[in-house]
Amino acid sequence: MDKYLMDTAALEPVAQIKIKTTNLDLFYGDFQALINVNMEIAANKITALIGPSGCGKSTLLRVFNRMNDLIEECQVTGTVLIDDQDIYLPGTDLIDLRKKVGMVFQRPNPFPLSIYENIVFGLKVHGLARKSELDYHVEQSLKEVMLWDKLKDKLHRNALSLTLEQQQRLCIARLLPVKPDIILMDEPCSSLDPVSTQRVEELMKVLKEEYTIVIVTHNMAQAARVSEEAGFMLLGQLVEFGRTSQIFTTPKDKRTEDYITGRYG
Amino acid sequence: MRHRIDPKIVEKVVFGFLLIVSMLILIPILWVFLITLKNGLSVITWDFLTTSPTMNAGGGIYPAIIGTLLLVVGTVIVSLPIGLGAAIYLSEYSAKNLLTRIIRIGIVSLAGIPSIVYGLFGFAFFVIFLGQFLPIDWRKSLLAGSLTLALMVLPVVITASREALEAVPEHFREVSLSLGATKWQTIRYAVLPHALPGILTGTILGIGRAAGETAPIIFIASAWLARLPNIGNYYIFSGFMALPTYLYSTFANVGKYIENPNTPYGIALVLMILVFIITLPAILIRAKLRRGRKW
Repeated sequence: MDKYLMDTAALEPVAQIKIKTTNLDLFYGDFQALINVNMEIAANKITALIGPSGCGKSTLLRVFNRMNDLIEECQVTGTVLIDDQDIYLPGTDLIDLRKKVGMVFQRPNPFPLSIYENIVFGLKVHGLARKSELDYHVEQSLKEVMLWDKLKDKLHRNALSLTLEQQQRLCIARLLPVKPDIILMDEPCSSLDPVSTQRVEELMKVLKEEYTIVIVTHNMAQAARVSEEAGFMLLGQLVEFGRTSQIFTTPKDKRTEDYITGRYG
Repeated sequence: MRHRIDPKIVEKVVFGFLLIVSMLILIPILWVFLITLKNGLSVITWDFLTTSPTMNAGGGIYPAIIGTLLLVVGTVIVSLPIGLGAAIYLSEYSAKNLLTRIIRIGIVSLAGIPSIVYGLFGFAFFVIFLGQFLPIDWRKSLLAGSLTLALMVLPVVITASREALEAVPEHFREVSLSLGATKWQTIRYAVLPHALPGILTGTILGIGRAAGETAPIIFIASAWLARLPNIGNYYIFSGFMALPTYLYSTFANVGKYIENPNTPYGIALVLMILVFIITLPAILIRAKLRRGRKW
């Protein structure tokens, strides 16, 4: 089924561009972590960033919601457009940006609060407090990540009592009430077992109907399974970017080929 | 081959030594408690707890009990907001620069000042210096005592609060910020609620300790005052008695004109129980925290 979709992708009209970077450089002090990255991420697709540890893929991911701002001495040059808006212009509203660009972290990291409180966290921060609305969002969000049936009677249990897979789904659900367009995932399955990983991957494929997903992954097979487009990064450079099927079958760059055939990594 | 002592015997000797050392710690604790109890219990009657002192340390210690309680309340009201504010600034906002270093050194220095110096400073600054600017006769008041004690416990409150804030895992902040919260919202919703039990515990323990201090308030609290802090007319600007200072003045005069030589022990017993009651919430919160913490 997926294979079929990928093969016909070339015939589809050009997809809408959600994120576009131009001549993007990023420095941590003197160290250049991203070197002249140019890429276009299509809306409502899953885009994977692959590459060995320390290649800058997580750094690139954190460019898109400006979480790198938290690191002192981090400097970005070039442009990053999200929906044609340069998110590094002075005066950019970080609150709006981060509401629009949600993030799922490597380790499931729910707050040590109830399931309910975890999901309404974003809403409460942004000033929504009416119980009926909160209830509505909890139900909708849990339904979207397919946890509602299992958890609807346990909403006031501590979220840390859930399995890791459920915790990670909950972390995805926690994003949804603030209405993101884009979901960034930083190795979301690295602490999950294969069966849980598969289920989270299935969830990603459902979510991409509504959201643009960018996933950083160590796991090449995962990138091949879930993503439609993929970028291979090495030492801060985006070596190759294209359709996943092409990257994995006919890589244009020798370094990409070496990596996906397991010569290093 | 050289002769070696059997490791099993060494084990027994070391174990025995450590046990004895540990027991030695218990002896003074029990001694203090038992002697206070033995001598003090006979002094404590309902009248002792509920009436004012009469001449020559007769009568009761009611004003001193109330004075110490009010002093503690005042100290909390002054030191908690300032200490917590400083702790939040230092652990969440401050950049690693010279100013931050100076503030940190200042806090450490504040903790190193002998308590009697606080007493002298409190008297000189709050009573004499600030007193001259006030329309009313702001002399050795409850407020001056609370401010002095607050200054002294401030390092404890700041350190306890900072430790509690820094114990909150970094990913709580990351998640909150990534959901579009501002820095303050992050502190307010994702950090403070999880640090609060630790902050309260540390603060209460510090203030419980300060409640029994004599030196910082010895120049401010009244040695003898047959009435309550004058709540009716001057509120916090009235003079007050406190248990530790009254204990000191009675003990200093035993054999001169104190009627009952056991009176200081009675006061000590009441003070110990009072401090225990004040710190009890902290002990309970901490016990609950140990059971409940999961991150």
